[in-house]
Amino acid sequence: MSFLSNIWRNEKSREIIIQIFVLFCIGWFLSWLVMNVNANFKALGKDISFEFLFIPAGYDINQYLIDYNNRDSHLRAGIVGLLNTGLVAIFGIILATVMGVALGIIRLSKNWLASKLAYWYVEFTRNVPILLHILLWHGIIINTFPQTRQAINFGELTFLSNRGFYLPKPITESGIEFVYLCFVISLIFSVLFNKYAKRKQDLIGVQYPIFWINTAVIIILPSLAFLLSGLPLSFEIPVLKGFNFRGGLHMSPELAALTFALGIYTAAFIAEIVRAGILAIDKGQREAAESIGLKPSKVMNLVILPQARRVIIPPLTSQYLNLTKNSSLAIAIGYMDLVATLGGISLNQTGREMETMVIVMLIYLSVSLSISAFMNWYNSKVKLVGR
Amino acid sequence: MKEKTYQPGSYPDLPPPPGTVGIYGWIRNNLFSSISNSLLTIISVILLYYLIDGIIGWFLFDAVYDAESKIECRKIDSGACWAVITKRVGQFVYGFYPEAERWRIDISFLTMFIAFAPLLYPDIPKRKWLLWFSLIYPFFAYILIMGGYFGIQRIEYSLFGGFMLTVILGVSGIVCSLPIGILLALGRQSKLTVIRTISICFIEFMRGVPLITLLFVASSMLNYFMPPGTNFSILVRVIIMFTFFSAAYIAEVIRGGIQAIPKGQYEAADALGMSYWQKTRFITLPQALKISIPGIMNTFIGLYKDTTLVVVIGLLDPLGIGRAALADTKWNGLSTETYLFVALFFFVSCFAMSRYSLWLENKLNTDQK
Repeated sequence: MSFLSNIWRNEKSREIIIQIFVLFCIGWFLSWLVMNVNANFKALGKDISFEFLFIPAGYDINQYLIDYNNRDSHLRAGIVGLLNTGLVAIFGIILATVMGVALGIIRLSKNWLASKLAYWYVEFTRNVPILLHILLWHGIIINTFPQTRQAINFGELTFLSNRGFYLPKPITESGIEFVYLCFVISLIFSVLFNKYAKRKQDLIGVQYPIFWINTAVIIILPSLAFLLSGLPLSFEIPVLKGFNFRGGLHMSPELAALTFALGIYTAAFIAEIVRAGILAIDKGQREAAESIGLKPSKVMNLVILPQARRVIIPPLTSQYLNLTKNSSLAIAIGYMDLVATLGGISLNQTGREMETMVIVMLIYLSVSLSISAFMNWYNSKVKLVGR
Repeated sequence: MKEKTYQPGSYPDLPPPPGTVGIYGWIRNNLFSSISNSLLTIISVILLYYLIDGIIGWFLFDAVYDAESKIECRKIDSGACWAVITKRVGQFVYGFYPEAERWRIDISFLTMFIAFAPLLYPDIPKRKWLLWFSLIYPFFAYILIMGGYFGIQRIEYSLFGGFMLTVILGVSGIVCSLPIGILLALGRQSKLTVIRTISICFIEFMRGVPLITLLFVASSMLNYFMPPGTNFSILVRVIIMFTFFSAAYIAEVIRGGIQAIPKGQYEAADALGMSYWQKTRFITLPQALKISIPGIMNTFIGLYKDTTLVVVIGLLDPLGIGRAALADTKWNGLSTETYLFVALFFFVSCFAMSRYSLWLENKLNTDQK
């Protein structure tokens, strides 16, 4: 007896006993789940197989970035959905970042009215569920935008109607490769020039107007190439034919609503993050920078922003991740993203809940795990090194 | 003119220069302090003008509150057609709960505030007695809402809906997820490899997938994992998923709080010879929870907002009721009114929660300032 109680009193052996016990419980629980699944599947005459991925999907998708028709496989439908998720996530992230950063800075401005307006925008937006934002925007576009014949018209180029937005579609002709090449060259030049200017400054203290020179090169070189190669770009303008527009770039109401809703909702969170990041910098930093005579722009660029970036970027990334995950609510308005294709129609048509949901979850999981791995790497890189 | 002389220290105070105090000074300092600032003010005023001009009229003055259909609304006035709400306000609040039994919801809702008061306000008088009520409240509310005991009529889950469903889902998710979240956070910080690994896997999985896929699992797959023949209601399955989902987020928030506690605290506790659970109970959690209050409240608000997602798997929360109303040909196309109404409800409740969190944060802030 005393031997047993000694084992229990010894910290090491107690830890081992507890862990073995927990492992045993978990193992028992998992095997119980697997047994239940087996029994249920047997009763229903089902099995687990991923062959359904290769049979024709048989449904249409109204928005696709790669060629797709209803004779393509479920796998391809899933990929189309995944690309649609990516598309709306990128649009949303751009919109959210631009709006969020602007709002965050306005929130901190000395202007009472503007700062209050930004405050109420943030409060109103983030206290309303994202699904409501999506449905509200979708409803506004579908119900209150004019019909195609009376579409809101921006100089006969862009049309907004309840069937979606029609934009001029850029069409590239041969020779555009030359312009791309020049663009890449100018980017490489600016990177090299940055390095050169920095070394020069370290050596002899000369400062070049890096920003202006780089901007000039990046704008002028590709534009020259564009002119020289004979304007290899034209726009296909949408034209009203019958009841609908033909040609041009079509942004469906679903895509537009989802982009607006995700962008506007996430912008409120980003605004708060930006504000908190800038406020987190000790006042003494700014005062010290000003007292050694730095210009306001230099104070911002050399002192405040590099420090604020460390505070801002981790939560910002998790907002981007949230936006991407929130885009799965597209299913509520019928935008065909990953969840709506593979986890929605494919699931219903093949009746393979287990397999489709596992695939969908694994895809989201791998995206978010890789982003958090990146964040850990970034955090350890920018961490303040303590002594 | 001869200047008056004063004894040193007895100069009368001069009035402040004009334009630096009072309303005029305030306007100058806060709205027109520089050219760019003035520009910003003018843009804001224009924006505000259009906002008020366009929205207030539509929202209030030109709005129609009572009509039989959308067409009738449009005949009466050009503004919002709130009739779509007023005609179904009962459904928006109670779902399809039988009208004669709605007092049960009212009572459980009102007593909910009494049950929560001692938890939310530490200074309330007679707190000890009220805490006993908080403890029995869940059973009390369950019996009252579900019925089936003491001769109260039993109501089926499928009749639940509206704001009542939102509150039920939100509150039960919030109450259940906090303890699980705390355990997960402790598990993630544990020395025991097995427990730590399990906690990390669970947390990362829940945080990595969208909630909607978890709800799909709850609605279509959870029964496969149960012994054949088990069938428990969709509402319970959804609450379980919400609980796990937000527990994972709460765990991460609390982990941040635990990591922020200075190492000296643990060393002091060890020096006093405290056991792990004593250390957790008296040293770690009180400090960690206090630091993580804003994060926990944010998670709660997020969970509360996320309850709207149940509409996708066919439960009739306010959005579901709204969509059902819009599917009616009489009200077709009034989506803006319907969704704005629901949005207003969420705004009011979430804003109140975030204000409470601010208040609590200030109250518990023991930093010397």
